[in-house]
Amino acid sequence: MHTIDEYLPEHPFFQGLDDSTTALLAGCAANVHVRRGEFVFHEGEPADHFYVLRRGMVAIEVRTPARGVVLDTLQDGDVMGWSWMVPPYRWTFDARATAETSAVAFDAACLRAKFDADPHVGYELTRRFVGVMNQRLQSARIRLLDIYGDFVE
Amino acid sequence: MSSLGHRAVADRATLAAPDPMLPRPFVVRRTRQDTRDTYTLELEPIDGPALSWLPGQFTMLYAFGVGEAPISISGDPNRPDRIEHTIRNVGSVTAALVAAGPGTVLGVRGPLGTGWDVNSGKGGDVVFVAGGIGLAPLRPAVLELISHRADYGRVVLLYGARTPEDILFSDDLRSWAERHGIVVEVTVDNGQHAWRGRVGLVTQLVSRAGFDASRALALVCGPEVMMRYAAQALSDRGVRPERLRLSMERNMKCGVGLCGHCQLRELFLCVDGPVLGYDRLAPLMTRAEL
Repeated sequence: MHTIDEYLPEHPFFQGLDDSTTALLAGCAANVHVRRGEFVFHEGEPADHFYVLRRGMVAIEVRTPARGVVLDTLQDGDVMGWSWMVPPYRWTFDARATAETSAVAFDAACLRAKFDADPHVGYELTRRFVGVMNQRLQSARIRLLDIYGDFVE
Repeated sequence: MSSLGHRAVADRATLAAPDPMLPRPFVVRRTRQDTRDTYTLELEPIDGPALSWLPGQFTMLYAFGVGEAPISISGDPNRPDRIEHTIRNVGSVTAALVAAGPGTVLGVRGPLGTGWDVNSGKGGDVVFVAGGIGLAPLRPAVLELISHRADYGRVVLLYGARTPEDILFSDDLRSWAERHGIVVEVTVDNGQHAWRGRVGLVTQLVSRAGFDASRALALVCGPEVMMRYAAQALSDRGVRPERLRLSMERNMKCGVGLCGHCQLRELFLCVDGPVLGYDRLAPLMTRAEL
């Protein structure tokens, strides 16, 4: 497996960043492993990281009184979590590994401090997160249509 | 020859030509329940030859005394003796069709419309994107491809269903992946009931699917909204519009381009379609007034 320094420049989310910015981000990152069935984070907990999944699958879930509902699944290559960017920095859903999962975890406090020191880096990363948010929002909107469900003869 | 003789010849020719509005009687040989509301009927002609059809074409299936509905052919094109239709029970006609047991006689008009022309994908990669019951019209194209598998490059099938219980042709999907080297990716909208697979929109699978877009043929079938976004995602990946085909279904009635019920601006989808290239459809798909 590549080191974080080698992995980040190859990932589409980080492509186009210069070497010093990538190194700066890598300085806030660590590899993490989560076993199948374990939670990466829980709703309501402090959102102190974001993740880039390298392997496996994670279900984004919400717990209702009757059951847990899977809203989305993320897998290798996907970026997970943006609650760390928005006060009050708390997770709004659960994230549970549905397969053995490896990820790069970025420390939010470390990143926010570096963004404050260098707003250009903050802008570059925010721009990329807006792309991810846009994609997920569009998917959620289309799924609201229940496109496979209703059909009138 | 007298003018009367010409007339007589013309009349014989008219009589000999099959009336496209006249259903042929077919008997239901077998039925299979695929999901809670979807069934597959295997039909055989009572008299006359088996139908000669292309993957992607449909027929008008007639439940006598109830009505007629356009149903895509879902069977194996290499087995024209057994014509299969996969039908979702969504109204009075389809309720009568799915209730038809072995021995029931149904009327069949067709085959009608255009096909997928999966053969035009030989030499390149092929991507199938299906949503819900949309896997049924694609199944003959997959089976056609499998019968000449070596002529194609990478083959990817991306399939979205509402719930795990709504997944069609599960045995086929497994077989296509394990025995024929097709990359099958399935996602559902609602992943309850201990589902361990993906949850999310089928269009999200397009960006991560492994195929060479520059030489790919993409065939898409499902609800029109899903097809619109799937086509955009495939186009964004670099699939050329003329190599990206969608199966459009509207309110088909006559099936022969006369009544106009299925008109989409200058197109009669029952004869110009249902399979059409994205180069023709893209300007029409987002226009609310069409």
